Amino acid sequence: MYDVLIVGCGIVGAATAYQLSRYNLSVCVCERYNDVANGCTKANTAILHAGFDCPIGSMEARLNLRGIQLAKEICEKLDVERIEMPTFIIAYDNEHDLNYIQELYKRGVANGVEGLRIVDREEALSLEPGLNPDIKAALYAPGSGIINPWEYCIAMAETAVRNGVEVKLDSEVTAIEKKEDHFVVTTKSGIYESRYVINAGGGWSAQVYEMVGGHELHQTNFAGQYFVLDKNQGNKVHSVIFPCPDEHGFKGICVTPTVHGNLLVGPDCYEVSDGDHVGTDPLTLENLKTEAYKSVPDIDFREIIHEYAGVRPNTQIPDFVIEESPECPHFINLAGIKSPGLSSAPAIAEEAEKLLRKCGLELEMKEKFIDTRKRIQFRYLDDDAKKKLIAENPLYGRIICRCETVTEGEIVEAIHRPIIPRTVDAIKRRCNAGMGRCQGGFCGPRVHEILARELGVDEKDILMDEQGTFIITSAIKEGHNEECI
Amino acid sequence: MKELICIVCPKGCHLHIDEQNDYQVFGNSCPRGAEYGKNEILHPTRVLTSIVKVTGGTHRCCSVKTNGGIPKKDIVKAMELLKTVKIQSPVYIGDVIVRDVCGTGIDWIATKTC
Amino acid sequence: MKNVYDVIVVGGGPAGLAAACSAKEAGAKDVLVLERDKEAGGILNQCIHNGFGLHYFKEELTGPEYAARFVNKAEELGVEILLDTMVLAVEGHRVTACNTEDGLIVVEARSVVLAMGCRERTRGAVAIPGDRPSGVFTAGTAQRYINIEGYMVGKRVVILGSGDIGLIMARRMTLEGAKVLACVELMPFCNGLNRNIVQCLNDYDIPLYLSHTVTNVEGLHRVEKVTVAEVGADRKPIPGTEIVFDCDTLLLSVGLIPENELTRKADIPLDTATKGAIVYENMETREPGVFSCGNVVHVHDLVDFVTAESQRAGKAAAEYAAGKRIPKDGRVIELKRGDHVTYTVPQAIRVENAEAGVDISFRVNAVMTDQEICVKDGDTVIAHYKREHMAPGEMEHIKLPAAILKKVKKQVLEVAVVSAEGGVEK
Repeated sequence: MYDVLIVGCGIVGAATAYQLSRYNLSVCVCERYNDVANGCTKANTAILHAGFDCPIGSMEARLNLRGIQLAKEICEKLDVERIEMPTFIIAYDNEHDLNYIQELYKRGVANGVEGLRIVDREEALSLEPGLNPDIKAALYAPGSGIINPWEYCIAMAETAVRNGVEVKLDSEVTAIEKKEDHFVVTTKSGIYESRYVINAGGGWSAQVYEMVGGHELHQTNFAGQYFVLDKNQGNKVHSVIFPCPDEHGFKGICVTPTVHGNLLVGPDCYEVSDGDHVGTDPLTLENLKTEAYKSVPDIDFREIIHEYAGVRPNTQIPDFVIEESPECPHFINLAGIKSPGLSSAPAIAEEAEKLLRKCGLELEMKEKFIDTRKRIQFRYLDDDAKKKLIAENPLYGRIICRCETVTEGEIVEAIHRPIIPRTVDAIKRRCNAGMGRCQGGFCGPRVHEILARELGVDEKDILMDEQGTFIITSAIKEGHNEECI
Repeated sequence: MKELICIVCPKGCHLHIDEQNDYQVFGNSCPRGAEYGKNEILHPTRVLTSIVKVTGGTHRCCSVKTNGGIPKKDIVKAMELLKTVKIQSPVYIGDVIVRDVCGTGIDWIATKTC
Repeated sequence: MKNVYDVIVVGGGPAGLAAACSAKEAGAKDVLVLERDKEAGGILNQCIHNGFGLHYFKEELTGPEYAARFVNKAEELGVEILLDTMVLAVEGHRVTACNTEDGLIVVEARSVVLAMGCRERTRGAVAIPGDRPSGVFTAGTAQRYINIEGYMVGKRVVILGSGDIGLIMARRMTLEGAKVLACVELMPFCNGLNRNIVQCLNDYDIPLYLSHTVTNVEGLHRVEKVTVAEVGADRKPIPGTEIVFDCDTLLLSVGLIPENELTRKADIPLDTATKGAIVYENMETREPGVFSCGNVVHVHDLVDFVTAESQRAGKAAAEYAAGKRIPKDGRVIELKRGDHVTYTVPQAIRVENAEAGVDISFRVNAVMTDQEICVKDGDTVIAHYKREHMAPGEMEHIKLPAAILKKVKKQVLEVAVVSAEGGVEK
């Protein structure tokens, strides 16, 4: 019997697990995929929003502001890449735009966002020379930032596990039964009992809620597509840039650097049926380019290295849905966590804790809570540190990913962490191998080999990403072309 | 007249072969092209390349080739021969891996020292 | 290992090995090759097909055989080759690298040769729409899995791009039991050599769809379907022409890009057309004593020409290491690309250093028959060369004699294709 079972190990599930792992509780997280951070968390705009955008008085507004404060501390302690940089909402010389930034400014001030200013063209361009010189003014918000979203999730999930939380991968929840004083949760990896259940099901939260008879949530997921550009484009701007929304209220295409030094362009916005819908199409991508040029004219789109689509988990309710279910006591929904979900995640976790206390769970601090984490990233070390590191462990002297300068030592270390990465993409998320301009063309087979060796499994069983994404179809010249699907 | 693209070198000459006239070849830029043109009509062959499994060395696979043309009709059979071959390191470039492929007198030989 | 070398070569593929051997033969005492893989030879090791060496060795070799000849030669000449070693930076003539045995290595060279080769363009670079399943490989990655690791990566295959690697992989996968359903090319002509269309596609009845492209990839986990459509003159898909292939694999052979990250970090100027370093007649970059050769300068289609170019670079690097300097105030002639010419290598010629004439490589932008290549000094044609057939997929070479160079009046020479009677297929 667990005290708390969390459904889903995206950014919200991981933040909640991390938050609860400081107490003497038995906590388990059930994740449908074979790795954490594999839904919306791996495919979003990677921004820590300043918080001016949220409706006044909304839960989103409050948790966004609290979330980015907490992120500072967590990223420092758990070694997650985070860079503070301002946001610009750019306005052209028309009534719609100029009114909009005024309105946004007022909203931001009401939300308690500090440092907001309307800046004129000259000041905007001096603060951010990459902007389109044709703008008239901009809303300037200094309190925002960018983050490595999957690392943020992995870091909190790993720390939770170090503090005793169990993370069960490949454990899609298929049924939840409410007993008198506990739940019986059926998953693809086994049946578990828990006194409390937290629904952090992302794009599937409405379905998870339905399992306990909750019908009032309807999932209305929106997808958006993105371009990632080479690092040689990463310094075109040093801030997060949005245009004013169009007449339909759509936020518009964002241009932002990433913490890895690339440039990210996107997303657009269209409704999709579920969180698996992550394809791209040429018309949308063409449109992204056109829109991005309007904000930052100097982008060279010949330097695109990757496209992807992400899904924002949404419900019909305009705000986050963070509450104990009125239908089903001890079942807590953390649903509809669309943007600014990444910014709010640790604050959402605090809310989850409060709700648990409110419905009777007693929380007692652990005597020993591990709250630090350190990664080795060879490429950021100076020559002396590199020398020392290779002398201690020669595997740090072998570069596997040449685009991102990732060593075998880093990959092997990642494989032996508390949440074991078992796929080529899981390594990519942890070590950056394959994230660069050749997109794993060179290092893919090598990462594949290292995974098989370290995990003691056959190379044919190594996947690219989620279940079913096999790479090898058969071995050749082994007596017969044996099947291995 | 039959038309062919010569494959003996990257140039890819457009050959015309006169079947009525002792398979005389036109359009070739070298004697090897003339030979190819005639052979391609009468008994086409291809040099094959593949790999075999190798144990005991640093490599898992050793690349191999046929040291002459294999009749096109025998290509599948020639490839089949390699499926069960397992060799032990060391193997040197030029070592015979399978002798007399399909009775042609041509051998599969190693193209790498493993 | 020494602290200072006459010549350090970055990359132990065909370019690096040829440069190192020639440097040694031209008198360089200590020559060091830094190679990131566990064996020298570069991409040739996975190119197990034959067809290499006809120009240089006058016989047809497989990739590994061609590589072995140069590895053996390098060993005989006493070239020092450090394997499993990655170069992290080239700053002036100081090279920083690392490996598991020596740790972090910092070595100085009297001259440096950059021979890092090239990488493949990816799905991301060409923005192929659709889902993101496994089963989309660049042809070279598939080639590595099959020929080096011994694993098949698909059973039913569509290939996008008709470059030689794509064609070679069509045959290779067919021979290992896969069904290759189509080879799809955006342009109205094949990018690979004619002989490869014959022996890789026609021999196995693999259809080649010219003026077509991939418009969708479907599959939540592994590739399940690939949609191909015809493109118009604007290279945009024509609605209604879609063909859907049930397949589990999409191979990409959509171009190669010189791998110039080290060059860029070293602030050595690059040519936007070649994406390689701007070089003089002896393959010296704009950084004195730093040379560059092979696919890192411009992507070749035949290794024989990589060898020839790299030998020039190696010899020049040895001469530089021995103290030879080309007068800075000497005459420099820039080469400009004219009609139908997409780039030239070298981009500039120092006349004093061109006693033996200059080899110029370039590519054309269309398939052409019976044309004349002209070198123009202003409006005057100073040299011309007849060609029966030219295509973007085949690199062209001309030699400009020293006598002609000396008579050049302008600062810029133009290399152009002038329409004779023949036709140009756009």
